[in-house]
Amino acid sequence: MTVDDKTIVGGTAPSIALPLVSGGSRRTHSTLFSLVLVSPLLLLIFFGFVYPVGEMLVSSLFSPGFTLDNYARIFTKPLYLKVLYRTLEIALLTTLGAFVLGYPVAFAMARAKSKLVPWIAACVLIPLWTSVLVRSYAWILLLQRKGIVNNFLIDIGLIDKPLKILYTEHAVLLAMVHVLLPFMILPVYGSLRSISVELPRAAKNLGAGPVTVFKSVYLPLSLPGIFAGSILVFILALGFFVTPALVGGPTTLMMATLISQQTTELLDWEFAAALSTLLLVVTLVIAFAFRHVLSFSKGFSDGN
Amino acid sequence: MEIRTERGRVAAQNSMRVNHRKLSIGQLVFGGIVALILVFLVLPTLIVAPISFSDARYLQFPPTELSLRWYAEYFTDKDWVAATLFSARIALSTTLAATVVGALAAVALVRGSFPGKSIVLGLALSPLLLPHIVIAIALYLFFAPLKLTGNFFGFLLAHTMLAVPYVVISVSASLQKFDSTLELAALNCGANRVQAFFTIVLPNILPGVFAGGIFAFISSFDEATVAFFISGIDGKTITRKLFEDIDFSLTPVIAVVATLLVLVSLLLLGVYQFVQSKMDQPKHS
Amino acid sequence: MKGAPVSIQRVVKTYGDVLAVNNISLDIVAGELLSLLGPSGSGKTTLLMMLAGFELPNTGSMLLGGNDITFMPPNKRNIGMVFQKYALFPHMTVAQNVGYPLRMRKVPRDVIRQRVANALDLVRLGSYGDRMPSQLSGGQQQRVAVARAMIFEPPVLLMDEPLGALDKKLREQLQIEIKSLQERLAVTVVYVTHDQEEALKMSDRIAVLNEGVLEQVGTPADLYRKPQSAFVADFIGKMNFISGEIHECQSGVSVVRLSEQHFLRLSADVSANPALQRGQKVQIAVRPESLGIASAGQGGQSSIPGVLEANIFVGTHHTLIVGLSVGTPEPIHIQIPDGAVGSDLSRGDSIDVVFNPKKTHIFHADDAVK
Repeated sequence: MTVDDKTIVGGTAPSIALPLVSGGSRRTHSTLFSLVLVSPLLLLIFFGFVYPVGEMLVSSLFSPGFTLDNYARIFTKPLYLKVLYRTLEIALLTTLGAFVLGYPVAFAMARAKSKLVPWIAACVLIPLWTSVLVRSYAWILLLQRKGIVNNFLIDIGLIDKPLKILYTEHAVLLAMVHVLLPFMILPVYGSLRSISVELPRAAKNLGAGPVTVFKSVYLPLSLPGIFAGSILVFILALGFFVTPALVGGPTTLMMATLISQQTTELLDWEFAAALSTLLLVVTLVIAFAFRHVLSFSKGFSDGN
Repeated sequence: MEIRTERGRVAAQNSMRVNHRKLSIGQLVFGGIVALILVFLVLPTLIVAPISFSDARYLQFPPTELSLRWYAEYFTDKDWVAATLFSARIALSTTLAATVVGALAAVALVRGSFPGKSIVLGLALSPLLLPHIVIAIALYLFFAPLKLTGNFFGFLLAHTMLAVPYVVISVSASLQKFDSTLELAALNCGANRVQAFFTIVLPNILPGVFAGGIFAFISSFDEATVAFFISGIDGKTITRKLFEDIDFSLTPVIAVVATLLVLVSLLLLGVYQFVQSKMDQPKHS
Repeated sequence: MKGAPVSIQRVVKTYGDVLAVNNISLDIVAGELLSLLGPSGSGKTTLLMMLAGFELPNTGSMLLGGNDITFMPPNKRNIGMVFQKYALFPHMTVAQNVGYPLRMRKVPRDVIRQRVANALDLVRLGSYGDRMPSQLSGGQQQRVAVARAMIFEPPVLLMDEPLGALDKKLREQLQIEIKSLQERLAVTVVYVTHDQEEALKMSDRIAVLNEGVLEQVGTPADLYRKPQSAFVADFIGKMNFISGEIHECQSGVSVVRLSEQHFLRLSADVSANPALQRGQKVQIAVRPESLGIASAGQGGQSSIPGVLEANIFVGTHHTLIVGLSVGTPEPIHIQIPDGAVGSDLSRGDSIDVVFNPKKTHIFHADDAVK
């Protein structure tokens, strides 16, 4: 077959109507294959979470026969309302405390000389990856009647009798802030680090003092990280179990410890189920409402 | 400006050095505050170690006499040893399971095309936010009537689910850094999808897989809440036993166990740092 | 190794709303080096990707040596490919990279070793087998990529702007090497590039693409001397454009009206375009080397007066930049050999720019790129 210029078939206008379906691409995996890859994960989440939680939900609503009594109890008995209120209060205060203490650290980590950064990072990451149990136990050692803090205060003569710190709300708050601090620091660090070095320089060049530079450059641009960290810490604080269980006492019940008490001591499983469901629903609502804020904190795009 | 004398030259050099290191009062104060907060962060984790070496039966800080008796007691106590081994078994199996499930899911999320990707991604990462107490109670209420508390597979299920997000995040990050043209080149050279994955993709994302595995292990070994509730008499994790003893029989052996947990974390974190430094090396010229 | 013919038949490719490849048909002769030339977005890379099997067309088909490969998986096509950024496997040595296709074809180990050595010798990298890709320079990596693409003796080789990342001297050297290798082995090469000089130097034929449409296919000489559209005229080589309107068109002569008073007399059959009619808006295209100089007022009916803006000496020739009184607001470029009439002109001199009627192209105005 000879080829010459006259065998060109081309046009300046589309000579066919645009087809409805695009041609495929082999750069991505086919839909079927992708779904196969993802199925173990989905099965895991179903059997590990969705199914047991579903059963739990059912047991809270049927004991036996449909009833909303379990839920009504939560909101009508003052004891439980108090627990709800305390949980929210501590969660909020923890978030606030984590912000106050965490922002400076995140700032230092983002702006310090590269020689110092690994040390700061180590101080943040080591507690993060150490068991909550160990850290809560350390707070017991610190705060108990014959603990390190009390002994120290008595030794230096500040007090004569040991203070009751452990098993109070203050202890729980302190320990929670300590445990959840890294969850505030990391997202804030992430957003601070993304601020180009030139911006504060430009501000200084235009005459801004350090406080103004902070207020007008760093603070506003780190807001996404602050939001993400705050939502994260708040959600985690709401449902936290280990620290309130060890550091708080029977007078400082929070949601998680109340649930534990109902399950293992009072054996009122339907009520425990209702409490758990409530906690879960609140968590999911907050997570869903702020999902865009949170997706920043994961620093993750889904590769689309 | 010429500096004629030796003294003058040294003086000039010194003044330059001083200017370099001059910090404002504000910066010093800020640095001091940050240092205090960092101490606040790291100190509690570290104080368990000295106490574990104390000879005394009661809490003494700083310890006056040191000994290894509590370590000896830990290693010879069959309950503690059993709990440690049980936790180790669960953690290793969890790591394996989570790595496989998470890596497959990551490949699909980064390189696949299917509807509802963002939903699946949300599901994959959700265990990070779900309150452990809810998972613990739901599983407990599920297992207890069936007398399945302390069951190894129950733990495996729960811990794998909790560990998968770390693997997904780590492997996905690695995959996104990976130049997908390499996979196309492999296909062009005659490899099918599976061959391309095992010969070209996997070797290049191994650091990410490894890092994910490390975090999966730590998250399982250290996990306390779910372990507390679904432990049984025969199947008790080290964290559950630690929890019990802190509550009921506060002996210094607890400090030993706590120290060992910290050491395990530190060791694995060190391995991660090492792997991370290899990951950051540029692969293309 | 012997090359196979490739046939692209009425291929269409869309990405969502974008029409990347608009009904292109093209026949590539066995053993030729054909360039797909065009600006970015022209569809050339998309076409190459479809030949490789990484993208699938919406409609149309592609044949290799007579076999329909449109939906064949990429790993079964037995086509060699050299990627823009070389795509060498970073965790394997050079030898392992080059041997990979043979490994996938289950060739015995010792045979692989021998053939890898031969392939590396062919690209003059014989002693580099044990190095890692990151230890090689860009040019060396490119040669490894070529060796890997050729080692399994494919009938067709695809190249996606392989020399884009290299500096000029290296590029020129590799252009010659690739072309000589291709001729020696008689393998069919489909070569994607946006560099028209490269295409002119290396190709047996060039296919010019613009926004998914095949504008023209031909030898470099065909495209240079007889462009069939203003786009091709503009894209290949340097071209001057002048706007006007057909005043008369009969028996081989066109008179183009550039303004109220000025008319340009040209030959009508220099362009391949359909019949020109009175009143039609046109673009006149002419190469810098096809223009002549005459003293002001002496140019004749096929000239336009202008004023010299610059006289640039480039060694073998002069480039004169002239602002014309009518026809185009942009200054035009004229190329004359050093020593010819006009070499000593300077800025501000008035001249007449003379058009060679036989070497001037006329295109419809709405065809124009500018």
